[in-house]
Amino acid sequence: MSVAILAQGDYLIASIQSDLSDTEILALRDDLSERIGRLRCRGLIVDVAALEVIDSFVARALRQIAITARLRGAETVIVGIQPDVAVAMVQFRLNMEPLRATLDLDEALALLDRWTGGHGFDQR
Amino acid sequence: MASINGEIRIPINTDTDLVTARAEGRALAQRLGFSRPDPTLIATAISELARNIVMHVGHGEITMRPLREDQRFGLLVVVRDEGQGIPDVDAALRDGFASRGGLGLGLPGARRLMDEFEVTSELGRGTTVTMKKWRVRDDLERLRERRGLSS
Repeated sequence: MSVAILAQGDYLIASIQSDLSDTEILALRDDLSERIGRLRCRGLIVDVAALEVIDSFVARALRQIAITARLRGAETVIVGIQPDVAVAMVQFRLNMEPLRATLDLDEALALLDRWTGGHGFDQR
Repeated sequence: MASINGEIRIPINTDTDLVTARAEGRALAQRLGFSRPDPTLIATAISELARNIVMHVGHGEITMRPLREDQRFGLLVVVRDEGQGIPDVDAALRDGFASRGGLGLGLPGARRLMDEFEVTSELGRGTTVTMKKWRVRDDLERLRERRGLSS
């Protein structure tokens, strides 16, 4: 699957590298849930900049990732929604609750630091 | 995938076909000169309808081709399956229907992304969704000409 997943301090960063099939995004959801428990993560960042389409299924999968992560003790931030994708999501009237999004990784890390008390990087 | 006279046909059987369909729709829209964000809107509508086929019917087909009408250009997308059909098309096109499940999931959202959207369905014979998107810049150019501001 073309998703790079790396652990950074208490955070897990999943960077989607290319468009994903439905099967792949559901596998990602389950994989992230498992890793959050195993690695005791408190924050999850999902980089979706490579996604050129976020339709109702993909949106639901992202919401499920965030809700599942929360039930496993981690907060989720979505990063890098493309501007055209954002327009499509609004026109489609997709339900994005409870997703929080930022434009880049730095902002996502800062947001998670605020939420969790800041344990993303050792030097912080 | 076959291309005859600018027409692109994509069989829809699995969720990887869906990835192909939205990439092809997006690429064709870009080739036809659609400006942003329209290629993404078109790809999203195609993805939504292709998924209906994968989830509810299993097999179907998407055809796409360029449209030319008077002084405007567009893109036609036809999504066809031979499934059980949608019992109440009007209901399927209303918001909230999707959350109750069943066929027609995502139709209202996809309709909002396109300019023209028509669903015909026959019980036991299948469903055909015909949707069109017109290039915005052609309308803008006509408007400009009418106002004598052509430049």
